[in-house]
Amino acid sequence: MTKAVAVDPVDWVDRYGDYLFRYAMLRLRDRSMAEDLVQETFLAALKDRGSFSGNSSEATWLVGILKHKIADHFRKQAREAPLEDGDLRERPDPSPFDESGRWVSGPTAWGGNPADLYREKKFLDQLTKCLSGLSPNHANAFTLREIEGADTGEICKVLNVTQTNLWVILHRARTQLRRCLETHWFDRKGRKGS
Amino acid sequence: MLSCRDVTELISQSMDTSLPIGKRIGVRVHLLMCKFCARYERQLLLIRETLRRLVAEGGKDEGTAEETLSVEARERIKKSLRSP
Repeated sequence: MTKAVAVDPVDWVDRYGDYLFRYAMLRLRDRSMAEDLVQETFLAALKDRGSFSGNSSEATWLVGILKHKIADHFRKQAREAPLEDGDLRERPDPSPFDESGRWVSGPTAWGGNPADLYREKKFLDQLTKCLSGLSPNHANAFTLREIEGADTGEICKVLNVTQTNLWVILHRARTQLRRCLETHWFDRKGRKGS
Repeated sequence: MLSCRDVTELISQSMDTSLPIGKRIGVRVHLLMCKFCARYERQLLLIRETLRRLVAEGGKDEGTAEETLSVEARERIKKSLRSP
């Protein structure tokens, strides 16, 4: 093997492995899947070392590859479990609305210090758990939108849904996630106020 | 008149696209009068903001054991890079 680049690819693993792994875990919430995609990322990078221009950092280049691998994985999941009618109906059980569409039991006040939530490990664990409770397509749509920051056009392509369907999916995902966090975090903490 | 159910849908949609002016006004007027829907919007935005901050901080974290590659995975990946 000729060494055209200063860094030995095997050293990538110690340098960037954990970073890429955390990146993948936040989006996939599955250890073995995250590890697999990190491995695939390094292998693809090795094969395609010529594409590293040096304009960006090596870490950025690797994350770019991983991003594609994650999108491919979501695409595959969408193909394997296409949306069904049930996925597009907004019917949380029991419905929080009465027949005229007014709240029966509205959102409770979330107290605490919301600005610091992102630093609370236990809150993030709960958020991950709540996300895992959604159907894969809902969780993936939410992940692409709120974690990746992808625009809806891109997400429609990955999940192979129409814009209108995506809005329904995202609305439903946000509604379920909000409610799950309320039940399992905010109400339980007994933090009342606002 | 928009119902609370309509408004929650439109709040979510407004996080992905800009609503037509008529709907935007309808939502704003509703939110002035409805504490539950106003709370709903605040909470969705809080979730969004929390995730944004988390992603922005993501790279800096050293990480605990559960946030790092397992020893086995690390070795497996190194091996695959030595003989791809």
